[in-house]
Amino acid sequence: MTFINYASREINCKIVYYGPGLCGKTTNLQHIFDATAPQARGKLISLATETDRTLFFDFMPLELGTVRGFKTRFHLYTVPGQVFYDASRKLILKGVDGVVFVADSQEERMDANIESLYNLEENLHSQGYDLIKIPYVLQLNKRDLPNTIPIEDLAAELQRKGEPVVEAVASTGTGVFDTLKAVAKQVLTELRRG
Amino acid sequence: MTDTPFLLREQQYHRIKAVLARLRMDSAARVVFLVDKDGQEIAVQGEVGNLDTTSLASLAAGNVAATGGMAELIGEKEFPTLSHEGERESIHISVIGRLLLMVVFDQRSSLGLVKLRSKQISQQLSTMLDEITRADYDSDSGFAEITDEDIDSLFS
Repeated sequence: MTFINYASREINCKIVYYGPGLCGKTTNLQHIFDATAPQARGKLISLATETDRTLFFDFMPLELGTVRGFKTRFHLYTVPGQVFYDASRKLILKGVDGVVFVADSQEERMDANIESLYNLEENLHSQGYDLIKIPYVLQLNKRDLPNTIPIEDLAAELQRKGEPVVEAVASTGTGVFDTLKAVAKQVLTELRRG
Repeated sequence: MTDTPFLLREQQYHRIKAVLARLRMDSAARVVFLVDKDGQEIAVQGEVGNLDTTSLASLAAGNVAATGGMAELIGEKEFPTLSHEGERESIHISVIGRLLLMVVFDQRSSLGLVKLRSKQISQQLSTMLDEITRADYDSDSGFAEITDEDIDSLFS
């Protein structure tokens, strides 16, 4: 839920990165953190296991600039991708303004993508949202790996509503900011509509 | 939009700050926060210094969400208060509707005093927050006038 504070002249929005385990959600945030000037972002908080798997969420606040005299602050979250952390995923979707689905382009991860996307639709629904109506971007990650599925086939299987599809290699930063821009634009456009 | 935006007008913000300032004084606390259950910081009062209030707000909401999930699993609606006691610094969180009142305190205060003062002020905050309506914001927010150029300029 967008929070607008007239006293501090701030618009705060919540973006959640969703997707199967090891698809690169945390890597997206890590790249944004590394590539952004310190004054434009806060700390990257990672609640991870000892083996660096996301346990609850990663969080990073990011300031994009000013619109109509209001600072726009995006709170970026990831969810834990592993199947058994479903309760945590539901909690993190509360109050979401926009979602990025990070798909793993490798052939052997196709079933995991489909399962996670289905899980996203279900969990959004349980929080009173509809994937069809919410600002949403599909990121096809790990395009640099040898065993990837062609873009058209992935899009045919995973695209839900004509949402923007961004090719990415999050580990090198390719497509990471394009994805963020695509979802942030939709969130701000929704704000304009009211 | 996924939800109607939560609008906080300037006057409402200053009234909330005044209530938080009083709570801080009465409970001899270091910092007092009001946080949305989604993790958005609404107002803060006290010795903030280098404290990362944005991260603290997000983690407090995550904390309450997780314990709320645990409460449901054992058949409770929610746990209305949470306390974390450290060697020097401690945190007390009260759930007030969709908002969280968080008090950070040290040895100058005590958990009992913080609990008592938080409870006393919760009703007042609850009433104030009821008044903060999910405004009919088309009419006066100015956001309807945001142009594509305004949005594009953020990414140029």
